[in-house]
Amino acid sequence: MPSTQRRIDAEEIGDVTVVRFLDRRILDEQNIQMIGDQLFALVDEDRRSKILLDFGSVEYLSSAALGKLLNLNKKVDKVQGQLRLCRIKPEILEVFQITRLDKVFNIFEDQGTALESFR
Amino acid sequence: MTSASFAQEICIASLPHEGQRVQELILERLREHAFSDKVLFAIRLSLEEALINAIKHGNRLDPQKMVQIRYRIDHQSFHIEIEDEGPGFDPKSIPDPTLPENLERPSGRGLLLMRAYMTNCDWLDRGNICRMRRVKE
Repeated sequence: MPSTQRRIDAEEIGDVTVVRFLDRRILDEQNIQMIGDQLFALVDEDRRSKILLDFGSVEYLSSAALGKLLNLNKKVDKVQGQLRLCRIKPEILEVFQITRLDKVFNIFEDQGTALESFR
Repeated sequence: MTSASFAQEICIASLPHEGQRVQELILERLREHAFSDKVLFAIRLSLEEALINAIKHGNRLDPQKMVQIRYRIDHQSFHIEIEDEGPGFDPKSIPDPTLPENLERPSGRGLLLMRAYMTNCDWLDRGNICRMRRVKE
């Protein structure tokens, strides 16, 4: 799989970057590495500081993917930015709840409410 | 339960795509046994965590080292053992990732998910054999 393969779609809505995942399963290490690199580039290279991750299409998520999300959260914090998550399917939300990461991330049911929450 | 009671045995090289292949194969067998989507979700997640632990952390991605997978599916449950050639580990030594001070640490979350989603999850020998069971419900 080429390292340049796009794994996320990023769209600007106002000053917020809305990210959609192109994989239904964020499970295997190679994909997770690429997703992580592309998410980090939004902050490090594109200087985006308000990011909304839309999980509407995601059906599986492993602990390695959670690790990448935590790293992204730290990066966004460092630039005094804001990271939000939305449209997480109930079974994926349970993964966040079991790991208590629902307390770390700002999670919203729908995209509209999430967008309104950005200051 | 001893290894002899496992109906299926697979041996793979320590490569992530081999782990993916085994995962798909086992999930196909589970679908044939009419395991529900909810249980398949739990097993897929746990298999991913256990196989990547064996391949990456146990065998350090060394393709010369093998991962042995033994599993059995019956009317009530799914049983599996995943054995790597690594030094093993003591699961008790892994900090609880749900404690506030550990929430942002990278380790321990995979084990937590496996324990949460499987009916039983234990480590045998020196900690290089992961044994899991999930009831069908």
